[in-house]
Amino acid sequence: MSVELQASPVSTDRWHPVCAYSDLIPERGACVLVEGRQIAVFRGFDGALYALGNRDPFSGAYVLSRGIVGTRAGEPMVASPMHKQAFSLLTGECLDDPSVSVPTYRIRVTDGVVEVSIA
Amino acid sequence: MTRLVVVGHGPTAYRLIETLYAKGFGGSVTVLGEEPRPAYDRVALTSYLSGKSAEDLTYPVPEGVVLRLGAKVTGIDREARTVTAADGHTEPYDVLVLATGSSPFVPPVPGKDLPGCFVYRTIDDLDAIAAAAEGASSGVVIGGGLLGLEAADALRGLGLVTHVVEMSPWLMPRQVDEGGGSILKNHIEALGLAVHTGAGVKSIEPGEDGRVARLVKPDGAEIEAQVVVFSAGVRPRDELARASGLPVGERGGIVVDEGMRTADPAIYAVGECALAGGMVYGLVGPCFTQAEVAADRIMGGDAVFTGADMSTKLKLLGVEVASFGALDGALDVTFMDPVGGVYKKLFVSDDARTLLGGICVGDAGPYNSLRPLVGRELPASPTELLFAGTGGVDVDLPDDAQVCSCNNVTKGQICEAIASEGLTDVAGIKKCTRAGTTCGSCVPMLKQILVKSGVEVSKAMCEHFAYSRAELFDIVRVRGIGTFSQLIAEHGTGRGCDVCKPAVASILASLNGGHILDGEQAALQDTNDHFLANIQKNGTYSVVPRVPGGEITPEKLIVIGEVARDFGLYTKITGGQRIDLFGARVEQLPQIWKRLVDAGFESGHAYGKALRTVKSCVGSTWCRYGVQDSVGLAIALELRYRGLRSPHKLKSAVSGCARECAEARSKDFGIIATEQGWNLYVGGNGGFKPRHAELLAADLSTDDLIKIIDRFLMFYIRTADRLQRTAAWIENLEGGLDYLRQVIIDDSLGICAELEAQMERHVAGYFDEWRATIEDPEKLRRFVSFVNAPGTPDPSIAFETERDQIKPVLIPLEVARS
Ligand SMILES: Cc1cc2nc3c(=O)[nH]c(=O)nc-3n(C[C@H](O)[C@H](O)[C@H](O)COP(=O)(O)OP(=O)(O)OC[C@H]3O[C@@H](n4cnc5c(N)ncnc54)[C@H](O)[C@@H]3O)c2cc1C
Repeated sequence: MSVELQASPVSTDRWHPVCAYSDLIPERGACVLVEGRQIAVFRGFDGALYALGNRDPFSGAYVLSRGIVGTRAGEPMVASPMHKQAFSLLTGECLDDPSVSVPTYRIRVTDGVVEVSIA
Repeated sequence: MTRLVVVGHGPTAYRLIETLYAKGFGGSVTVLGEEPRPAYDRVALTSYLSGKSAEDLTYPVPEGVVLRLGAKVTGIDREARTVTAADGHTEPYDVLVLATGSSPFVPPVPGKDLPGCFVYRTIDDLDAIAAAAEGASSGVVIGGGLLGLEAADALRGLGLVTHVVEMSPWLMPRQVDEGGGSILKNHIEALGLAVHTGAGVKSIEPGEDGRVARLVKPDGAEIEAQVVVFSAGVRPRDELARASGLPVGERGGIVVDEGMRTADPAIYAVGECALAGGMVYGLVGPCFTQAEVAADRIMGGDAVFTGADMSTKLKLLGVEVASFGALDGALDVTFMDPVGGVYKKLFVSDDARTLLGGICVGDAGPYNSLRPLVGRELPASPTELLFAGTGGVDVDLPDDAQVCSCNNVTKGQICEAIASEGLTDVAGIKKCTRAGTTCGSCVPMLKQILVKSGVEVSKAMCEHFAYSRAELFDIVRVRGIGTFSQLIAEHGTGRGCDVCKPAVASILASLNGGHILDGEQAALQDTNDHFLANIQKNGTYSVVPRVPGGEITPEKLIVIGEVARDFGLYTKITGGQRIDLFGARVEQLPQIWKRLVDAGFESGHAYGKALRTVKSCVGSTWCRYGVQDSVGLAIALELRYRGLRSPHKLKSAVSGCARECAEARSKDFGIIATEQGWNLYVGGNGGFKPRHAELLAADLSTDDLIKIIDRFLMFYIRTADRLQRTAAWIENLEGGLDYLRQVIIDDSLGICAELEAQMERHVAGYFDEWRATIEDPEKLRRFVSFVNAPGTPDPSIAFETERDQIKPVLIPLEVARS
């Protein structure tokens, strides 16, 4: 029974399959559309996955998935292709202006399929 | 409120006004200047003929200053305290500053007023000389002093066979002694100039057209010349002071006290018109100091002018000539190498311990390192100091030693600025202290001081690489590294960023060729290179097909029109003579390229740090003035260098004649046709800080031209910093354009063959990135707005209509702040 209880928060997630893991290029992003929401998904150098809102809050354009992925002081980040502000892939926080952030989403791989949760 | 009036707007007036404003002067400032333009850097006058524009040379004018240009002052009414200009305008003053400078002295030789005779003092003079040189084949400069040799260099640069006539037995008699003068003469003759020392002028004779035709020497010998430039010294312009009863010196110059005040307490005189302590100073450094003293006095201070360093250093026709301190002394030590063309002499006190002054020709090393030590104990024996070679000796300067004599900046002031402002480069020192901003001869010393002060001059590209781009280039080249992963694992830390990744991608592309979206490389590219198009503010892209040389057939124009119409794109003609199609979504790009490629177009690389366009004018094929086929050359060059990845974008243009309709001199490499071939200019750009390109080589055959451009581009790609345009790159090369010439024309580093081979590899390996992408299903998969909904266009992209074309609907900008 305790297993079910622990699992219950997970069950509120609505996982959406979005693409094959192999569709993603290492250290690059892609954009997926989930229930009308644009989500930028990234595959890190080590294979880890990240998901952020695709909208660049500085320009208002939906482009974060097209930024360059790298690290800043060890933290994985994406640089907006518009004006180069860096966003943490872990927290969505803008590393150049901590008062600005973008939403983060849960992401996982199941049987080679990438899934994103927008709950 | 004090009404300050300044007569004359030259460098001294500029410095006076600037100093007053910096000190918070609260009065009004009115300037009456005779020249038609505001004050400019007269020291750099000659660069006007080699590419600098009048605007480049012009000093900034502080806001609030009233400038009356083209206004020659003809009288001072000291009773009424007014000045009157030639146009009748009268200006009242409370304080008057005379900064009228000097005028060239023209000796009273018969024929001196013939058309074709000039002086060398103002931009207008240079315009007139350049115009006269167009129809001329030879010229003569009367006067072999500092300015005369500079004028001779200018005539040579204008393509004239050039003679220099000097009364004294040797050149530059005021700066160097006979030994130095003879070495200087060797240098200058080796460059093809005819030097006539110990020679006067009997007359200047006209030809049948009434213009100057020849100069006759007292012995009857004749020198053929259609252009004559007088450079026989200058005379202070003290006529206003003289006419208003102010004391002037026996040999000219307005007499001033140590506060730069004339006999009338309301009137100051500064700069080359002033006689201070019995001396007229003909160098800009002392003039600036005088301006600062006068400004201080006007503000109620008590600064004094006590004389100034008359050191000079210049590079004439590629020869360094310098003198400093006293040019005689109890003892002197000379080093002379007639073969190498080097002459150095130091004057020391009779105990051989104190440095008094020195002269150098052919190697200004001692000037740079020893000038600040004048009047101090020598750091080593004079012989050691003289033999120290080109680099000069490495001496530790005391803090009060003057490093920049133009702006009177000591080593202590520089070190303090480095420490308090945290400066790490010469540009910072220039900005904070002004040192090195006038004649620039102390810049090598500024570098030394930086290094010595322990400042780590960081060249690290970013937190991931401790190397500069040029160093990374060499690492990749020498070690044959093929991927970013290998490079960062072996030579960097972390996983890179938006700074180092595109830079390394560009290095890999320059060295290894291949498609920029192949394998791991794809992830390194910024969005423009990644999508082979230019991102716009709403996340759409623009597409620019190549139109080599700007030449395009009607059929191709129609295709561009049809593509734009069918995809609903906004079209605009670019400055690079091509057509830009805006508003494409990522999934439309391959379809657009397909249509274009099928019609014979290819990528124009508008998105890359790469060669953009080679513009051209219509050239000799159609134009009645054209002397060469500029379009043909532009197409050949554009096709040769297309796709070449470089530290920054590269632009070029070819003009078919000297009218320069293609604006080649605003390009990284610009070519202008001559009757004999092509002139190659390098280092120009538009943009934020426009710059004219400078002449690298003249009258080249097409083959030689291409060879030199190959080397130029590859040397730039190899050694420039990230995002450094060619102009800044050349400026930062130690030795500048001359050094560049040595490397890529004289092959001083022995790398020209390698540079050419590298370019041949680029040319042979070129392919169209668009075509290669649409033919590769693997690459095509990236071109979707959404990987999970490939058919769905991005719903955030919307357009409205303006002037019958689309325009992005602006997305409301609210930044989500937590
Ligand atoms: C080609 C060249 C190269 C040089 N190179 C060097 C160098 O390498 N190092 C160095 O130290 N110095 C050099 N000099 C000298 C330097 O330019 C002068 O020392 C400096 O220009 C002096 O500045 P100034 O303002 O006192 O006089 P000027 O520059 O002569 O300016 C005086 C201005 O006042 C105007 N004027 C005069 N009378 C009137 C009037 N009645 N009414 C209104 N306006 C008037 C003039 O038209 C002029 O514009 C060089 C000069 C030349 C020409």
